[in-house]
Amino acid sequence: MKRLEIIREIKEADDFGRLAEYVPYAQFLGIGSERLSSGELVAKMAYKPHLVGSPAVPALHGGGIGSLLESTAVFLVLWQLEVLSIPKTITISIDYLRPGKLDDVFATGKITKRGRRVVNVHVEAWQEDRGRLIATANVHCLVNSVP
Amino acid sequence: MKRAERVQELLELNLAFSKLVALNNAMGLEIDDLGDGEATMRMPWDDRFIGDPSTGALHGGAITVLMDSACGAAAFMGLERVDAIATLDLRIDYMKPATRGQPVTCRARCYKRTRNVAFVRGYAYHADPEDLIAAATATFMIGTHIPGRK
Repeated sequence: MKRLEIIREIKEADDFGRLAEYVPYAQFLGIGSERLSSGELVAKMAYKPHLVGSPAVPALHGGGIGSLLESTAVFLVLWQLEVLSIPKTITISIDYLRPGKLDDVFATGKITKRGRRVVNVHVEAWQEDRGRLIATANVHCLVNSVP
Repeated sequence: MKRAERVQELLELNLAFSKLVALNNAMGLEIDDLGDGEATMRMPWDDRFIGDPSTGALHGGAITVLMDSACGAAAFMGLERVDAIATLDLRIDYMKPATRGQPVTCRARCYKRTRNVAFVRGYAYHADPEDLIAAATATFMIGTHIPGRK
């Protein structure tokens, strides 16, 4: 319950940027969250050399990009819905569209369907050009939410 | 070249290449076994990979890294000849939470390869392959040369 109380405080303080602070794996990958001046909520995985996958291309590891997409889906559910438990991923389906260059990655998404137990989220990731996505994903999250 | 020789060539390249994959190294991923169209990789438990500190549950993304790596290795081991591969899509179903403190193993198999695409399935578990943590389906594009593109 304690984690949900922290999240409640973060929401009341309108501080989307703090959502990633309590997630060790997000810290390990360098995933953070922020609210842009436009008001949009985005997650960001800042480039670090340990995020690289193939040294030949070179490209970011697809698993790291997938982790960012999944984290983003959970942040959006926590932020936009009232939930009784931390969302648990049932399924994530990732499409890799372009190689991830050795640069920061941004992600955001949309809750496409909010059910009583399952929330469906569509998320997208890009780098320097919002119009050239590097990956997208659909995530089904299990929640026990307040109606 | 006979298939067995080809598999040996792919295996040696795979082992050499995998030492250079930064995120795998950073997370301590190890290759346990490589065969014709098959790969088994293991991820040690690490508290830095936790998603929810109040339960100690492993972050799903850590499994994603393991599955992508193992499925990619299996795709590579299934190639007809040495070539580059790139993940096209990856779908992971989570069946149960990983047990805190225990390593996770992923066994992956390329069950079909066409000229352009490798089709792979991966299974993640602790010790019992029948007691799955997660299952993955992945496809990989083979080769980097795309006609008409420089």
